[in-house]
Amino acid sequence: MPGLEQFRNFSIVAHVDHGKSTLADRILELTGAVDPRDMRAQYLDSMDLERERGITIKAQNVRLNWAGHILHLIDTPGHVDFGYEVSRSLAACEGALLLVDASQGIEAQTLANCYLALEHDLTIVAALNKIDLPAAEPDRVAGEIEHVLGIPADEILQISAKTGEGVPALLDALVARIPAPKGDADAPLQALMFDSIYDAYRGVVSSVRVFNGTLTSGARLRYVQAKANHDAEEIGVRLPVPTPVAALGPGEVGYLIAGIKDVGQARVGETVTTVAHPAEELPGYRDPKPMVFCGLYPVDGDEYAELRESLEKLRLNDSSFTYEPETSGALGFGFRCGFLGLLHMEIVRERLEREYDLSLVATAPNVEYQLELLDGTISIVDNPSAMPTPNEIASIEEPYVNVTVLTPTEYIGSIMELCQQRRGDMTRMEYLSEERVELVYVLPLAEIVMDFFDQLKSRTKGYASLDYEPIGYRPSNLSKVDVLLNNVPVDAFSTIVHRDRAYDYGKRMTEKLRELIPRQLFDVPIQAAVGGRIIARETVKAKRKDVIAKCYGGDISRKRKLLDRQKEGKKRMKQIGRVEVPQEAFVAALRLDD
Amino acid sequence: MPTGVYVHIPFCAARCDYCDFATWTDRAHLVDAYVDACVRDVEQRALKPVDTVFFGGGTPSLLPADQLTRILDAIPRANGAEVSVECNPDSVDADKFRAYVDAGVNRVSFGVQSMRPHVLVALGRTHDPDNVARAVDAARTAGIERYNLDLIYGTPGESLDDWSTTLDAALALEPGHVSAYALTVEPGTPMGKDVAAGERAAPDDDDQATKYELADDRLTAAGLPWYEVSNWARPGDECRHNLIYWLGGDYVAIGCAAHGASFTEDGAVRRWWNVRTPERYVDAITTGSSAEAGDEFLTDAARAGEAAVLALRTAGGIKLPLPLADPSRVVSCVDDLGAAGLLERAGDRVVLTRRGRLLGNEAAARLLGAMEQPPSPVGTR
Repeated sequence: MPGLEQFRNFSIVAHVDHGKSTLADRILELTGAVDPRDMRAQYLDSMDLERERGITIKAQNVRLNWAGHILHLIDTPGHVDFGYEVSRSLAACEGALLLVDASQGIEAQTLANCYLALEHDLTIVAALNKIDLPAAEPDRVAGEIEHVLGIPADEILQISAKTGEGVPALLDALVARIPAPKGDADAPLQALMFDSIYDAYRGVVSSVRVFNGTLTSGARLRYVQAKANHDAEEIGVRLPVPTPVAALGPGEVGYLIAGIKDVGQARVGETVTTVAHPAEELPGYRDPKPMVFCGLYPVDGDEYAELRESLEKLRLNDSSFTYEPETSGALGFGFRCGFLGLLHMEIVRERLEREYDLSLVATAPNVEYQLELLDGTISIVDNPSAMPTPNEIASIEEPYVNVTVLTPTEYIGSIMELCQQRRGDMTRMEYLSEERVELVYVLPLAEIVMDFFDQLKSRTKGYASLDYEPIGYRPSNLSKVDVLLNNVPVDAFSTIVHRDRAYDYGKRMTEKLRELIPRQLFDVPIQAAVGGRIIARETVKAKRKDVIAKCYGGDISRKRKLLDRQKEGKKRMKQIGRVEVPQEAFVAALRLDD
Repeated sequence: MPTGVYVHIPFCAARCDYCDFATWTDRAHLVDAYVDACVRDVEQRALKPVDTVFFGGGTPSLLPADQLTRILDAIPRANGAEVSVECNPDSVDADKFRAYVDAGVNRVSFGVQSMRPHVLVALGRTHDPDNVARAVDAARTAGIERYNLDLIYGTPGESLDDWSTTLDAALALEPGHVSAYALTVEPGTPMGKDVAAGERAAPDDDDQATKYELADDRLTAAGLPWYEVSNWARPGDECRHNLIYWLGGDYVAIGCAAHGASFTEDGAVRRWWNVRTPERYVDAITTGSSAEAGDEFLTDAARAGEAAVLALRTAGGIKLPLPLADPSRVVSCVDDLGAAGLLERAGDRVVLTRRGRLLGNEAAARLLGAMEQPPSPVGTR
């Protein structure tokens, strides 16, 4: 068995597009882990979605051999929504490789994750990637890194993951600079679970890092948080092909299969010990907490049962989203779902549509509000249509976040304008270099949830990057805006916005619906209301003509088919009071863009 | 129920921008063979005398009179049979009408469309409005007292005044029958392509509704009440041939792209149609094979629904209870449509109101929905 001093455990911290997956590919090749014949691009990103979006959603790990040492590379999720998962991956390491695109400079999330690594006392090895590109400015970017992280510019390596230039030297530096893990092989077992995936054949496969003791095949294990016991059916290491081993000692990283059928029973951050000699729990466990909510409905009401089944299956794989049945007058039967963040929401929705072949309508995303009612009760509301009327509410609090934006200086004005529109308060502004600046704002999460990312991207031509972290609830002056169709409220369009923006929302939504709702046999008023007061109104005028002009011998078959279609179309209409609305109108109205 | 023959003449001098009928402008060389084929088709069928004959097109009046009358001569007709010919005001004269009358034609239908030159241009029509008056005069002089004027309203660019002028000018010609159609843009026509490409405005529903109401007012006041959604006539001057389509009689299809219908004793129907091009029609008939390109059978229930929505377009309306439908569902639908102002009851009949005529598809689709469920069986076995 190799000794502790031979191990080096590290994560790669990098922004989307800065070349993390390409570097991982090069490392797999250089260390001989993957035969060049079996090599495919982005080897470690196994989900289609990960490859397409160029992001890592699930943590992966691989064991590598380099210069007489054993390296465990832990590939972390690279997005703001998965901050907690990143923190667990970092907790499993002694070092972090900070990878920065030499032409773009460090990005907000990378910086946030780097601070996180420093908090975990990780040794940071910085490298500039893509130095083969003509646009590369290694000196400027190295200066920036030195300025914000205090890493001396002359210690920063320069590589090209694409060509492989500098990668062997990088591996040497990782071995030389990152400390070997510490741990006591004879102490009670203490292993950290930093990822779990669901495999249809094997059940839950967890990634673990052993800190103390020895994880042995066949041992009776105790999952501390889940308060459950399981047998270690198989333990092994990924080379990257999963290879069973008899035991994993301190400092080692590998996988664990224990006959679990639900990832909710093997959560990220779980401490694994033995029933025979239970050890103390490792610090830092947190229950995943949904921050963003939306209703998910099948476009075709008949697919409700399939949607429920798919959500159940998906949750085996991702225990961090929540769902519960919900009924909407406009959209029928569906589910109110909670997500870690916006990207997480998009991923879940896309996986449902893609992997389970469902067609879904998502309501506008919202956050969770804390209400104090006049009778003194505290109420949590994650669905605008469940909001009590204003005369029952004493106060409302909404979640706030600390937002960090890194941007080229030329966009400062535009970003400040955006943040101000979104009720932001600037708390800091710092120049990282002459060209780049860090802006820190306190913003309501609800404002980010709307379309903040898109706005930020379009205002900065994609150059600004964003990170945010929750900082708790604060009182806000909020209004619920209801939308009424022919005087009947349509729950799917209820929303909670700051009082100053209620009119805007009401006007925009009523105008949109006027365009989308087909003319009926009578005038249909569309109104937006706050607490019974109408703030915007549009009218869909009654239709006056719907008849084919000619109906002679040759037209009869065609006319019959047309009327049959019209008749069938009526069956698919949602009935809101007396108004018939095609499902597509709701779908279109809920689209956030424009 | 009377029976009829429809003869399709697929030749035109020019094609109108909105037209999606089976018609050609470059097939003059086929005319003789086509007429031969029609005659042979009629003869092979050994028809019993029919009550109506309708020459439609295309432009039947483009045929030399003797060609058209060759076909007519071959069709056995009952006493007092109605024989109609669609005419373009540009391609008729007194001689032609005299020949028609001699052969038994007693009704003509003029494609007028508009009396405003700029509207005619927008429609891609070639005739001069003055030709209409000349043509009507010639027909009357030849002894044809029953004539229809076809009008189109709602062409983009046509003002309410333009339409009013067209109606006045049409009524000044003292027609016993007027058909007025909302301009309908069909995909694949020159107009349809222009509209799809955004190069031409699409007709506006509200504008067309207003013009329909104006037409209905003027025509009714002139003694031509409506008898079908797009048709108005002096009482007794209704087109008997077209009533066969709407009220469910047999009609025989002669010529390319023509449609026919034959009913069985029990009320089911077979609808059929001929090959689309004149070449293929001539080929089929001369080689002794069938010119039919396809057909469909309607079950009793489907036919009951079709019969109801066709009858609903006429001033006679529908009669309750409707066959093969749940009476309570139908009554409740009729009541709803009555409350919405689309239908009114006249004794045991239910008839579209003027608003209902403009929303005829909506009314029909709802009625079909109500007729879908079969009546619940009375009593138990």
